[in-house]
Amino acid sequence: MGVEGIGQSVVRKEDKRFITGKGKYTDDIKLQGLTQAHFVRSPHAHARIKSIDTSAAKAMPGVVAVLTGSELVGDKIGNLICGWMVHSKDGSPMKMGAFPAMANETVRWVGQAVAVVIAETKNLARDAAEAVVVDYEELQAVVDVREAVKPGAPQLHPEAANNTIYQWSIGDQSATDAAIAGAAHVVTMDIMNNRLVPNPMEPRSAVAQYDSADDHLTLWTTSQNPHVARLLLSAFYNIAPENKLRVIAPDVGGGFGAKIYVYPEEIVCLWAARKIDRPVKWTADRSEAFLTDAHGRDHVSKAELAFDADHKIIGLRVHTYANFGAYMSLFSSSVPTYLYATLLSGQYNIPNIYCEVDGVYTNTVPVDAYRGAGRPEAAFLIERLMETAARQFGMSPADLRRKNFITQFPHQTPVIMTYDTGDFNASLDAAMKAIDYAGFPARKAASAAKGKLRGIGISCYIEACGIAPSKAVGSLGAGVGLWESAEVRVNPVGTVEVLTGSHSHGQGHETTFAQLISTRLGVGIDTVQIIHGDTDKVQFGMGTYGSRSGAVGMSAILKAVEKVEAKARKIAAHLMEAAEGDIVIEGGEVKVAGTDKKMPWALVALAAYTGHNLPDGMEPGLKEGAFYDPTNFTFPAGSYIAEVEIDPDTGKTTVCNFTAADDFGNLMNPMIVEGQVHGGIAQGIGQALLEGTVYTGDGQLLTASYMDYAMPRADDLPSFDIHHTCTPCPGNPLGIKGCGEAGAIGSPPAIINAITDALGHNHIEMPATPDRVWHAIHSRMAAE
Amino acid sequence: MYSTSYHKAASVAEAESLLAGASDGKYLAGGQTLIPTMKQRLAAPTDLVDLTKIPGLAGVEVSGNTVKIGAATRHYDVASSASVKSAIPALAALASGIGDPAVRYQGTIGGSLANNDPSADYPAAVLALGATIHTNKRAISADDYFQGMFTTALEDSEIITAVSFPVPAKAAYVKFPNPASRYALAGVFVAKLADGSVRVAVTGVGESGVFRASAIEAALAANWSADSAGSIAISPEGVLSDIHGSADYRANLVSVLAKRAVAAAG
Ligand SMILES: Cc1cc2nc3c(=O)[nH]c(=O)nc-3n(C[C@H](O)[C@H](O)[C@H](O)COP(=O)(O)OP(=O)(O)OC[C@H]3O[C@@H](n4cnc5c(N)ncnc54)[C@H](O)[C@@H]3O)c2cc1C
Repeated sequence: MGVEGIGQSVVRKEDKRFITGKGKYTDDIKLQGLTQAHFVRSPHAHARIKSIDTSAAKAMPGVVAVLTGSELVGDKIGNLICGWMVHSKDGSPMKMGAFPAMANETVRWVGQAVAVVIAETKNLARDAAEAVVVDYEELQAVVDVREAVKPGAPQLHPEAANNTIYQWSIGDQSATDAAIAGAAHVVTMDIMNNRLVPNPMEPRSAVAQYDSADDHLTLWTTSQNPHVARLLLSAFYNIAPENKLRVIAPDVGGGFGAKIYVYPEEIVCLWAARKIDRPVKWTADRSEAFLTDAHGRDHVSKAELAFDADHKIIGLRVHTYANFGAYMSLFSSSVPTYLYATLLSGQYNIPNIYCEVDGVYTNTVPVDAYRGAGRPEAAFLIERLMETAARQFGMSPADLRRKNFITQFPHQTPVIMTYDTGDFNASLDAAMKAIDYAGFPARKAASAAKGKLRGIGISCYIEACGIAPSKAVGSLGAGVGLWESAEVRVNPVGTVEVLTGSHSHGQGHETTFAQLISTRLGVGIDTVQIIHGDTDKVQFGMGTYGSRSGAVGMSAILKAVEKVEAKARKIAAHLMEAAEGDIVIEGGEVKVAGTDKKMPWALVALAAYTGHNLPDGMEPGLKEGAFYDPTNFTFPAGSYIAEVEIDPDTGKTTVCNFTAADDFGNLMNPMIVEGQVHGGIAQGIGQALLEGTVYTGDGQLLTASYMDYAMPRADDLPSFDIHHTCTPCPGNPLGIKGCGEAGAIGSPPAIINAITDALGHNHIEMPATPDRVWHAIHSRMAAE
Repeated sequence: MYSTSYHKAASVAEAESLLAGASDGKYLAGGQTLIPTMKQRLAAPTDLVDLTKIPGLAGVEVSGNTVKIGAATRHYDVASSASVKSAIPALAALASGIGDPAVRYQGTIGGSLANNDPSADYPAAVLALGATIHTNKRAISADDYFQGMFTTALEDSEIITAVSFPVPAKAAYVKFPNPASRYALAGVFVAKLADGSVRVAVTGVGESGVFRASAIEAALAANWSADSAGSIAISPEGVLSDIHGSADYRANLVSVLAKRAVAAAG
């Protein structure tokens, strides 16, 4: 029984199940009497529903029910909420339009659910859905934020004049204005952050089952946070009280944020299951995923970075329009505010920052957190500015960054965050060495000799994860606390079950969490079972997003296992007649330090459960729970350097080298960390080069399938060169910062900085498609 | 997908009569275009008549200066055929670049040509090599066969049985894949035929589907060289323009790819 502890690249326990097709996903759930739901969706981006005629559909073979939005209202099913209150700078609360699970008066995006058909089979449901007649009165649509805020633009919600949800601001406006006015140099840029479609491999799915005898509902769903889902379904959507609702998120095939939210389809399946007293399943096809999974990013910003004569940054002023889509999704309000503008200081000493964010409705799919959530937008903005500034000053981009790096910690930025620790020079050094930065001119010359343009681009990102101190987020408007829970149950034979509120949907928790137990108790990871994703089994927990499962989730497990150890030490001290302080737990044994007295871990566990010989007054059993609430965010940071080669004839960009030097604090499983970084960089390169979400002016999503939406494929990517530096996080007992999103945050600016370096041209829009790059080279069209 | 009836034809004649007996039937080959369309409910044939099990409809035959490929031959089989590779390596290379392995193991040359997608690869080879499309009714020359996007000279129930390609003196195909679909954003097939004539066909670019680039043909007939091909500017007039490539960009690609194709052909 080898100990497979912290810091080892242990092979993932869960992969056997996934690789051999034995994973159990929501769509795999089969139940007696299961019916299938198919949604009737709006073909229009903006229209008034004049009438819905379901009579023909109801008469079709195999149809069990056809339900519409007005029936939802009749049954008092609540509208979808946004769980984070953000106030405008004038103090007024955000202007939220009602978001019903199925539209009953107005549809506001192509794909919004209007009715649901429930039938014996999927195909019959779909057949009948085509027979539902919806009479629409088309309204003018608007998809671009800059158009949506103009006077006379089509208005989406009566609550939000000029489609504006809020006009939020952060930082000191007058100080920043003054700094910029008096600056020696000001770099001004218009920066867009392109809208992305998350595309987890497994489409969303929901299965709802009603037990009429117990008046109890069960939901299997593709969720990153089943307890939060249950809370919302109970407290806000009026589905069932929490004790009458079980939410299970079984194996989930990727989330990237898109599976944080409770969506209309889950609400409707639960409501319908009770109504028809039969289980209901819905599984999205890929087209529905494009049209209904919350999209990410979509910012339009203007940014000004001011420097003194010595090239020290003295101020940053930003205005951002954030596209929310047609409705406010669950955490949408926090993404372009507290998860974005609070990171605008980047890795730099910036004494004055002022940022205004206008949240804007458009007739598009709702936008919410997607891998990185706000931090990629911040990193892209500041890192594009820094690179551009260096070029304007004729300075090396590395030197300009170093000159402005924060080197003293803790560091209070002007935008809320207190960076706890870091060593930005170390990660930049590591990345520059690894990519042989000094050798770049020779490689550029070699490319030029082949008629190719070569460029190199740096990105020094910082992000905030380990989300989040409950008190802090509460004061900023969050509707929930962001602690995590854990329970460690030692069985009578010494094997261990860990019940965690974190949720694994690809991150490898079953391995890393077991490694932690293995390290602490000296037992093999095969004797440790990680249990998550079921509200009936696991105590309330907050789930997985914002790279929090290590820093917050594992810290909760550590707290619980420390309590278990304390009790085990007491029992062992009693049994071996030793002082409690002399007991050490190590290598599967419990020993008395400095003696040869010891007993196997399993016998201590057994003693706890037989209760035959426990210290006076001690309760039997060996099981402890803990809640961990972090004291601060964690701040993963690093330097990414991309090297690209462009074919000037076709505009095609090839990423030749990509080096990442990340500081994630301590690493639990370096192999899994590396996998997280690979995936993140792939997504970041996808954003930078390939993934464009395109709407027509009247709100049709043109890129609604893989024929038109380019996902990164293996042959679009180089072999990544991954390095780590380490300043352990002082904020949590394990010293870990989180690694799930960094790749997606740090890589887009590195790629775009490299491309613009190659082009000798400061601007290119993401995705930098061959067409755009070619036009930038040939300047036949203004590449804006 | 709507429900449909599947029929396996044992001969070309039977396929034709099965189709005639169906109220709204369609031939089925590899299903790589038809089935996704049906899944999206954009096509709803009452009956599918599978051609791929018809004896003799698949396979490669080389005789003299002709390579004849059965309509039901899969892209993979063309790509890996030793005889195609030696007689017309450009054609094998083209087939090896269609879609992904799953598509190549199913999709057929007949299906691709019957479909005539404006971004498909085979039409460029057929047109540039001056191939002949054999059907159960007649033989159609490439120049007469392609009649615009998704439009061909085929009559309703007509079945492509084979395609015969003359072995060229030199040929090459260069494709610039659409970053999303990996169909051709532009593809240029250049050929110098045995009689010395030059034919150049372009796919992915024309608003009316595959076309011959006569200006490039003329330049190459006068001077077969990469630079000569690359020197011809293509007008963006009549060129497809979409989110993946504007007309001027695609027009530029034609010159670039023509130049590269000639260089590759040698
Ligand atoms: C993911 C993906 C990627 C692809 N990438 C490419 C690519 O890069 N380049 C490219 O060129 N193509 C690509 N394709 C299309 C592929 O090559 C198809 O195989 C081809 O277009 C159709 O051939 P099929 O045998 O599958 O025909 P089917 O889909 O079975 O049929 C297509 C049409 O042709 C008709 N038909 C079939 N055979 C005959 C016949 N012998 N006589 C008369 N009518 C017939 C059918 O009735 C139907 O209308 C791709 C397809 C997919 C799914």
